Amino acid sequence: MFHGRRGKSSRLRLALGSILPSAGLAAYDAAFVFFCAMNQPARGSLLDIEHLDSKEILRLLKLARGMNPRKPPPLLRHRRIALLFYEASTRTRSSFEIAAKALGAVTTLVQSSGSSIEKGESLIDTGYTLRAVGADAIVIRHPAAGAPHLMARHLDIPVINAGDGMHEHPSQALLDAFTILRHKKTLEGLQVTIIGDIYHSRVARSNCRLLSRFGAKIMLCGPPELVPQVSATLVPGLRITRHIDEALRGADVIMLLRVQQERLAGKKIHARDYIARYQMTAPRLKLAKRDAIVMHPGPIVRGLEVTSEVVDGSQSVIVDEVRNGVPTRMAILARALGKGK
Amino acid sequence: MLTAKSHKRDASLLIKGGHLIDPAAKINAPMDILLRDGRVAEVALPNKIRGGADEKFDARGLMVAPGFIDVHVHLREPGQSYKETIAFGTAAAAAGGFSSVCTMPNTSPVVDTDEWVAWLKQPQRGALVNVFPMAAATRGSRGSSLTDFAALQRAGAVAVTDDGRPILDDNIMRQALRLGAELNLPVVQHAEDTRLTEHCSMHEGPTSFRLGLRGMPAAAEASIVDRDVILAQQIRESRLHVAHVSTSEALKAVRRGKRAKARVSCEVTPHHFTLIDENVGEYDTLCKMNPPLRSASDREAILVALADGTVDAIATDHAPHAAHEKQVEFDRAAFGITGLETALALAITKLHRAYKIPLLRVVELFTAGPARVFDLRGRGSLAKGNFADVTIFDPQKRWTFEAANSRSRSHNTPFDGWQFTGKVLGTIVGGRVVYRTE
Repeated sequence: MFHGRRGKSSRLRLALGSILPSAGLAAYDAAFVFFCAMNQPARGSLLDIEHLDSKEILRLLKLARGMNPRKPPPLLRHRRIALLFYEASTRTRSSFEIAAKALGAVTTLVQSSGSSIEKGESLIDTGYTLRAVGADAIVIRHPAAGAPHLMARHLDIPVINAGDGMHEHPSQALLDAFTILRHKKTLEGLQVTIIGDIYHSRVARSNCRLLSRFGAKIMLCGPPELVPQVSATLVPGLRITRHIDEALRGADVIMLLRVQQERLAGKKIHARDYIARYQMTAPRLKLAKRDAIVMHPGPIVRGLEVTSEVVDGSQSVIVDEVRNGVPTRMAILARALGKGK
Repeated sequence: MLTAKSHKRDASLLIKGGHLIDPAAKINAPMDILLRDGRVAEVALPNKIRGGADEKFDARGLMVAPGFIDVHVHLREPGQSYKETIAFGTAAAAAGGFSSVCTMPNTSPVVDTDEWVAWLKQPQRGALVNVFPMAAATRGSRGSSLTDFAALQRAGAVAVTDDGRPILDDNIMRQALRLGAELNLPVVQHAEDTRLTEHCSMHEGPTSFRLGLRGMPAAAEASIVDRDVILAQQIRESRLHVAHVSTSEALKAVRRGKRAKARVSCEVTPHHFTLIDENVGEYDTLCKMNPPLRSASDREAILVALADGTVDAIATDHAPHAAHEKQVEFDRAAFGITGLETALALAITKLHRAYKIPLLRVVELFTAGPARVFDLRGRGSLAKGNFADVTIFDPQKRWTFEAANSRSRSHNTPFDGWQFTGKVLGTIVGGRVVYRTE
């Protein structure tokens, strides 16, 4: 979320209307004045796509297009950025770090193992600590949904969500939009198919929100364990199918997701079954539009959700996504520290 | 803290000018009430009570009701006094109009012996209102072997329960109901099939999906209530009380049991008839409780059940937690909220004023209903000779609840800053005024 106001200590009163004419249950919730005790996140925070203004999304994408990682502007010289990673990461961590350093910032990496987090320090206290050592912004990845929101409510420096549990991964959605727009003129009317583990995927949630906001038509595909019917409530107009052929027909963009074995928590998915029904193969790819692109946020499990032939094929933009992560995150960091003009 | 002993034995108190609502006695009229020696001495039409009283309570313009009974509170003693104590918790109860509370045994250690039950009732605990302990149904609430129900009952336990840890094992539940039937002791079930709710932190639905949180399916509650009701129907004279019912399917099961004349009762919390899962908003841990806030349609079913008599009692599930246990990631936050001081205000504001449930029925849910559920003889009604437990409230008074002013040791409530209509102005326990405010 980008927020216009900074005041941390000011509590926001939200008057949700005084007593409405009582009309049964419609008025049941309305007859109160709610007291909203939540502090506002600092300006420049990026917590999720859901509450991110469309104008801000466009501004970030424009800013990212202007970033050249080979000739970076030294916008963040002498600024300090803490990378707080409670969960494993290759792409996101390295690209945030390279983006920060390219802009001239100093970075420090804090991981759950080898830090006071192991000794039981709370998330908020860890935030205070990083603030006290001089961090100007915190990039956080955390296995618990909402962890960046919690931190942002207690800190007066921008908090950037680098993936929180199953909730959101806003920088990934931005770099995916950036990548799509390198290959397609507009998001409006694009047929986007997302195949795989939607339920556990923060990437799927962020991407659905961003792409549908700009008029893409989204189809989700996977077994009910991974694409429950409730997924359709995420954004308006979302469609679900259990048949990959139906999902692929006419698609402009195909996003593949990994089956997140580590988050399955009791749900049983049989690899052989999954491969038979949902694996992205070269013959299946032919069902999509001829100029369809294949995306994957990684990490890829070759031979499970996708064959090597597709990963390394001419329609794959998977490596581009990783590459585009750097300018996108440069834009996010520059914006966070007020340098995104 | 004052105890009943420091009070004169023949003290009398006249509650004058109020409007008595006593659902059990079918009274809903202006009445004066004379309390003497801890009992109700006389209930009469206005100005008909002759003779003096040591003290008078001017109840003009106010509602007078039997002392409220909360059959589900966590006062955290023994072992977790940093969250709450019996002294703090019963002070909060008094401020909420409750003259009696039934305490849950999931403390540290678990209240699974007669010694601990007796300990809870000792005067040293500093209770301001009546405390009726519930004891664990299985040893250590581990769900594998029953506790000594008879000894627990002799020590003063009014029911047995493994609250927070449901009794999943069919056979153990059957044994508990059987033994309970022999002793006329209710078995209270926290109905949750924990095999379906592992790692879950809220209700399963669009909101949990939106937030990326694992959701507890409504079926996890309903399936256990279903099973328990079937067992209760089969075991003669067994008494099943379903704690904090939160889903429409579970209410259907309760109705089935009642229709089949099984001794099945249930309670609903104020937060479940007030809030829904969407109120979790952006990970508000003050809206995290178990059972979780449910869907709007579940809440509607709850309102219907409160109105039609399916629900026997409003119980708060008062669950205090320290600030550091709530100011953490949503997944890691403790389940539960405090509720004693906001229960009546929510009931009047929501049930009576917004949903148009008659005040008589609302009061029944705080008095006659819970008294019947746990057989609290001489309470829940102000018939002559009953205990002199009285709650006096103003159903019109508008006020704002400030969590910072709560008498509980913890302030984990989602109702901070809420404007209510309806306020408790006096609580009397055993003839003694333990709470009074303007």
